[in-house]
Amino acid sequence: MSKVSLTVNGKAVSVDVEDRTLLSSVLRESLGLTGTHIGCDTSQCGCCTVHVDGRVVKSCTMLAVQAEGSDVMTIEGLAPSHDASGATLHPVQQAFSECHALQCGFCTPGMIMAVAGLLKDTPDPDDQQIIHGLEGNMCRCTGYVNIVKAVKQAAVTMRA
Amino acid sequence: MYEFTYIRPGSLPEAAALLASNEGAKPLSGGMTLIPTLKQRLSQPSHLVDITALAALKGIAVVDGRLEIGAATRHIEVATSSVVRQSLPALAALAAGIGDPQVRNRGTMGGSVANNDPAADYPSAVLALGATVHTDRRAIAAEDFFQGMFATALEPGELIVRISFPLAERAAYAKFPHPASGYAMTGVFIAVVGGAVRVAVTGAGPGVFRWTQAETALQARFESAAIADLEVDATDLNADIHAPAAYRANLVRVMALRALETILTSSKGQ
Repeated sequence: MSKVSLTVNGKAVSVDVEDRTLLSSVLRESLGLTGTHIGCDTSQCGCCTVHVDGRVVKSCTMLAVQAEGSDVMTIEGLAPSHDASGATLHPVQQAFSECHALQCGFCTPGMIMAVAGLLKDTPDPDDQQIIHGLEGNMCRCTGYVNIVKAVKQAAVTMRA
Repeated sequence: MYEFTYIRPGSLPEAAALLASNEGAKPLSGGMTLIPTLKQRLSQPSHLVDITALAALKGIAVVDGRLEIGAATRHIEVATSSVVRQSLPALAALAAGIGDPQVRNRGTMGGSVANNDPAADYPSAVLALGATVHTDRRAIAAEDFFQGMFATALEPGELIVRISFPLAERAAYAKFPHPASGYAMTGVFIAVVGGAVRVAVTGAGPGVFRWTQAETALQARFESAAIADLEVDATDLNADIHAPAAYRANLVRVMALRALETILTSSKGQ
């Protein structure tokens, strides 16, 4: 067992974990942050995408002990402020809602975290950059058309 | 995953000592291959020695006309480094196309080269450029380093510290990625170093190899027509669910032509 100390969504946390515990398990099971989904558990689908020190990673392919001292952000921490009604959304979340960029919603948290990471590096992406930037995330419902639309809308909002 | 003990050593000698004193210990770099392997219980290390934070394995710099890249350098750092983009842009472009953004943010050059996956991108650059792999024990020429599928010259416990690349006059990489995994079905890296043309192929065979027939042809005349009609022998190439060997043989020629096209049409030749 090891004690892992990290910051999650701005809060310092300390968790006792087995060395083999994945970051995704700690987020979901120890911290109750079940917005981080585990889709494939084989590093392919991207549903478990979170930000570690500002960079997108698949939390099912990182040991919790590797995140020692890191700053982790999950979908629950993305919106700038959380009011009681939960109505405040990040521009990427807002765009996904308005563009209907989801159907079943399972991939959505990981997709949104990946988009937020993409727009940080590429604030004004073209179609090819969006497709290339979301290669690590799969959606089996939408055909990606509305996801690409949402990324463009969020990019406009965030540049304004 | 089977149980293991995770250790983050403070120095390279400490890492080497941990690996030497525990027979079942394995080094852990970005973990983009090792962690999925552990999850499938295909490997059972006693210890994982995390080498990513070691200062000796960090850094990107041009020293005495060579590009030196620390083994723990992540793909995203190679892709976005102004030093790499200026001195060896083909390598930055290659790194920008590895896997997906999540993989590039974690995976490292040393990890990829040490793993020597037959479909990995970096081995083609290391071999085509004639790079030198520096370990904590010795310097190994690219020619001697890669020894077939997942096999390298590394001895048990030996760690890659950095890779030293000569600055190519001209270089480019082209790959046909598998549409789902992003791995190279076939990737070809062409480099001109000190006037000599070298062509390295990944993804097509059981390990990275040089396409010497194309090298000879391009040495005589550096243009598409020199290789456009070359036939690639499919005998030893990979055949699997994704493509038969003959398909990959054709891809070798097509990717070589695309890499060459990139070289011939870009201003700096890279």
